[in-house]
Amino acid sequence: VGGSREDAQTDWLATAQRAVGLASAAGASEAEALVTADHAQLTRFANSEIHQNVAETSAHLNLRFVIGKRVGVASTGRLDDEGLRQVVDRAATIARNVEELADWGGLPEPDGREIRTLPGAFAAATAESSPEQRAEAVRAVIAAADEAGVVAYGSFATTTEHIAVANSREVGALQARTWSQLITVSMGPDGGTGYAESAAVDATTIDAERLGREAAEKARATANARSVDPGDYPVVLEEYAVVDLMDMLGYLGFSALAVQEERSFVEIGKRIGSDLVTIVDDGEDPAGLPMAFDYEGVAKRRIALVEQGVCAGVVYDAQTAARDGVRSTGHGLPAPNPYGPFPLNMLMDGGSTPREELVGGLDRGLLVTRFHYTNPVHQKMAIVTGMTRDGTFLVEDGQIVAPVRNLRFTQSYLDALAGVASVSRERRTLKGFLGGVVVPALRIEAFTFTGATEH
Amino acid sequence: MRDLTDRGLDTAASRGATYADVRIVRRLDESIAVKSSRVEGVASGESEGFGVRVLVDGAWGFASSYRLEPAEVDRVAAEAVRIARASATALRRPVVLDDRPPAHGSYESRVQEDPFGVPLETKIGDLLAADQAMKRVTGIAFTESTYAAQREWKTFAASDGSFTEQTITHVGSAVEANAVEGDEHQRRSYPDNGGGWQAAGYEYIRGLDLIGHAEEYAEEAVALLSAPQCPPGRRTVVLDPSQLYMQVHESCGHPTELDRVYGTEASYAGTSFLTTDKLDEGFRYGSDLVTIVADATVPGGMGSFGWDDEGVAAQAVPLVRNGIFSGYLTSRETAPRIGRRSGGAMRADGWNRIPLIRMTNINLLPVDGMSLDDIVADTDDGLYLAQCRSWSIDDRRLNFQFATEVAYEISGGKKGRLLKNPTYTGITYELWRSCDAIGDASSYRMLGTPNCGKGEPGQIGHVGHAVSGARFRDVQVGVLG
Repeated sequence: VGGSREDAQTDWLATAQRAVGLASAAGASEAEALVTADHAQLTRFANSEIHQNVAETSAHLNLRFVIGKRVGVASTGRLDDEGLRQVVDRAATIARNVEELADWGGLPEPDGREIRTLPGAFAAATAESSPEQRAEAVRAVIAAADEAGVVAYGSFATTTEHIAVANSREVGALQARTWSQLITVSMGPDGGTGYAESAAVDATTIDAERLGREAAEKARATANARSVDPGDYPVVLEEYAVVDLMDMLGYLGFSALAVQEERSFVEIGKRIGSDLVTIVDDGEDPAGLPMAFDYEGVAKRRIALVEQGVCAGVVYDAQTAARDGVRSTGHGLPAPNPYGPFPLNMLMDGGSTPREELVGGLDRGLLVTRFHYTNPVHQKMAIVTGMTRDGTFLVEDGQIVAPVRNLRFTQSYLDALAGVASVSRERRTLKGFLGGVVVPALRIEAFTFTGATEH
Repeated sequence: MRDLTDRGLDTAASRGATYADVRIVRRLDESIAVKSSRVEGVASGESEGFGVRVLVDGAWGFASSYRLEPAEVDRVAAEAVRIARASATALRRPVVLDDRPPAHGSYESRVQEDPFGVPLETKIGDLLAADQAMKRVTGIAFTESTYAAQREWKTFAASDGSFTEQTITHVGSAVEANAVEGDEHQRRSYPDNGGGWQAAGYEYIRGLDLIGHAEEYAEEAVALLSAPQCPPGRRTVVLDPSQLYMQVHESCGHPTELDRVYGTEASYAGTSFLTTDKLDEGFRYGSDLVTIVADATVPGGMGSFGWDDEGVAAQAVPLVRNGIFSGYLTSRETAPRIGRRSGGAMRADGWNRIPLIRMTNINLLPVDGMSLDDIVADTDDGLYLAQCRSWSIDDRRLNFQFATEVAYEISGGKKGRLLKNPTYTGITYELWRSCDAIGDASSYRMLGTPNCGKGEPGQIGHVGHAVSGARFRDVQVGVLG
């Protein structure tokens, strides 16, 4: 169930250290090895049956070989001695052929902070989960759909991940993490669709039956949707839609590299959201999917990104930190990384409004379950376009009055943050673009819808 | 390799699989990233492993591992069978595969100059020179230039006796100039912001002449900062191949994937408006000029191969013929449900992923009569839109919105001033029905995207699109607030 026995007994940090030793012996002035070893399983269902069901045992080593200020990166899936020798050769060849990076700040050094094992990051129940257990959860989702007379689609994933980082400056870090995610879309006979999702470190805490019911009930409620005209509407965004705001803002602005390249909207001290908006990145918060250190072996720091609507910080990796003369915040991705650092553990503060009362604050507006296929139209203004999906409703006088056909929006996500009028007390843990995200639902004063579709 | 594939097939059969296939894949890749005239990253990667796919009691199971060892092959094949038995506990429609002759042979994509044999310093030098040419242009804030190559060796064996070996090489490169002023950020890229990829060798990279285009594109990025906003309205638009290929990708390629139609991507990418009743009724997808073919046989396309990843030979399948919807991208499992044989569109992203229905090369065939220049000359009032900058489309592939890097005003048959931040939006079949001109073979070229996402767990596909440029009438053009 848990992958190969050999992998279960492997000391991945020792593998990383062996690669660093080989690189140093081959003439590297600095070297770093990152090992990721996963056992990932995913059961996928559609038309209320399991149609894809997969498992993967993988291991990968990424080596940075540095000569002075010249850096070569090579990776391999062969972790035996011959594989390590070859990857060292390839990285060394690259390092000898590239120009110096004038502002190369060196590989990270241990910064004195202990890299703590985060007990909340790993659940044995997830690591030991079986295809039979996933099938049981899927059958619970399908049963809820059957009961409601709708059809179930979705997936249930469980992953165990080992990350080891060693470098020649005595960084040595090893963590085991687990995560799981169940998502489901329900489709009803009259065109209705609904969605539900949950992510957790411990797969056994995911309530498949509840998620199945949530999606099924929404699919029933969105049957025979009517058209509404595009235009500006106040909205309530469910957590599934709010995740997209976090992901996009993380990608477009919360990275030190985006600021250094002048393509970010972030200016420290600048107001971008209402007072109700506070966003942090915190790898240790057990509400999310915790991570002790980044892919450079640097312990994660808690970074306030937006405090009561005001830009408070960005995340750094070693290279962007060196440029600004600060320390890495522990947000590096595997090298080479043209995208720069990324906040992998974003959390938005909850507010004071009970979730079910958010809709009551809309005189005439829309309730949006989730977004689909969003893409930036203008990076610096964080203008994004996308569609609504799987549950869009017209609200009048604080009551849901009808399901509506899906709409296209073209909206600055910064203006959306500025228009946040209410934040739900409750939050959900979901899987974002790259990491775990913890978000409330939001009521926003205005959101611009620019088109409509036929369903 | 054959001993390992035989072992996997034997183990799967002995555990109860009625069908099994084993793929062993080795992938080599190399990438170079230059930012603002400094080499930001050079990487070389190698990945190797195998995947075993089985049918047990009409249900699928798949397991994979990076350990190419006999004992691990046994473990993984057994795991695949166990997973399939778990699948069978939630099964309503047992899988039936179409018949196909066992596949045998080898295939190699055409490469004149091996990209992995060209010295690294040459490749870095070529890219750096192009990047520096952009950076020299006054007003450029930052530049990005990329090069990448990938080679895959694939061995496929199936329980029906099929055994094939393929070697496929893809390369891509692009330069991108960025100009920033206040909140305004404009960019121009050549030949494509996705990287201008083909199935080819380094000769293709040399043929792109990145350095010869660098200055022109950088100057245009700077000029866009002071260009007027593209005004909204219903307009005639001419789509350059650098934009048209993405329109084909999103609004024809994805909705003709038959697995989407049957709902198996519903929880992730979505479904399709091209339901099977539309195939039966001869749905009018576009104007008479529009003929779109999924062709896995054309040299240079990233969707070309000898056999797909379930051993079906490469072929050309019409998707739209003279405007009428006429076919799907299919697999051995889905094709029998519409009474057809597999069109050979099952492709997997490496050893650790199952094959899914993917685009091959989705080509909008050129139309004799007018060159792309003739089409512009034939347009009194319109916009010429080039280079995809942003894309979005709904979950049934109907309502789309694209932004392009640049619009050129067309007035009296001539391309004129630049307009910035153009977007256009519409409904898929309405746009294609409004197509009243398609360029001839003189501008027909193979483009492609190396980052087509699909499936859970996620898979990245390399797909090709050959297009020549086309004109559409009465299209809604928008503008940024």
